[in-house]
Amino acid sequence: MDIGWYLVVSALIFCIGAAGVLTRPNPLVILLCLELMLNAANLALVAFSRMWGTAAGQVFALIVMIVAACEVTVGLGLIVAIYRRQLAINVDDLNELRG
Amino acid sequence: MSAVLFFIAAIFALTGAIGVVMLRNPFYSVLALVVHLISLAALFLLLEAQFVAAAQVVVYAGAVMVLYVFVVAYIGGADQPLGSGAGALKVLGPIFALAVAIELCIAMLGSALEGISSKGAHLHTTFGTPRDIGRLFLTSYLLPFELASLLLMVAAVGAVVLARRRRGLEAEEDEYEYERGIVAQHRPLYTGTNAETTGVRRHVALEAEAEAEREHAGSTSRPEGGW
Repeated sequence: MDIGWYLVVSALIFCIGAAGVLTRPNPLVILLCLELMLNAANLALVAFSRMWGTAAGQVFALIVMIVAACEVTVGLGLIVAIYRRQLAINVDDLNELRG
Repeated sequence: MSAVLFFIAAIFALTGAIGVVMLRNPFYSVLALVVHLISLAALFLLLEAQFVAAAQVVVYAGAVMVLYVFVVAYIGGADQPLGSGAGALKVLGPIFALAVAIELCIAMLGSALEGISSKGAHLHTTFGTPRDIGRLFLTSYLLPFELASLLLMVAAVGAVVLARRRRGLEAEEDEYEYERGIVAQHRPLYTGTNAETTGVRRHVALEAEAEAEREHAGSTSRPEGGW
């Protein structure tokens, strides 16, 4: 398959993830949609790595996976802390820091 | 053959992605993301990135998703209606996403990169193997590698700090009351906890006696101390 097809799939996944971040009120699902966007970026990186025939893009993709794992850990910790304070798990209600 | 595999994997990846966004129960969203990740690993394999595909399945679909499932089970993934949030974003979000998709497609169609419409460069035999990736990580990309380990440690410590039980946030007083009220009553005198033997906390019965005495003394002394 041409590299362009992979890039189209990557772009579609990214947009689905962006739509999810914008529309869903549940922070858990927002984290999942962020994962989708990061994975779309990963797919594009690996596709470009295949295009040039150098493995540097795959190294970049692995680093992105590490950053995503860190983001998930901290994000889920925040959600658990919110739940412990018995606040609503809803980003529309959690707006006290909005200024 | 690779085209068939590509389309199967791509359709599963897109279906999984749509499932993450559309399903109401967060638990099913997590399962849809697992489907998405595994089909993405298949796409990575088609792109000759064996190590990245293996890491994707083991780390992502294995470890990170287990973390998600734990948190969803802890919080209790309640069904939430789709787009129950603010009205403007509910309409503008998909429109924005569609606009970005169209723009990305235009950018790709109009790209001057010739490699996009090829199957990719000629590869050496070790491309994408753990050996290749490991050599790159330990030579050219040593600093990002070390920084990633530091970042992982900071994130782990941060998550523990964020999610631990904290004084003032919790119902700690309730627990103390519970112990005073129910647990301690069925306990003989001087068979209590270390806190009682070291004098940090007095036994419940003694405390109640002292309180009664204090109250008694207070009630008798009040007329004298007053007016």
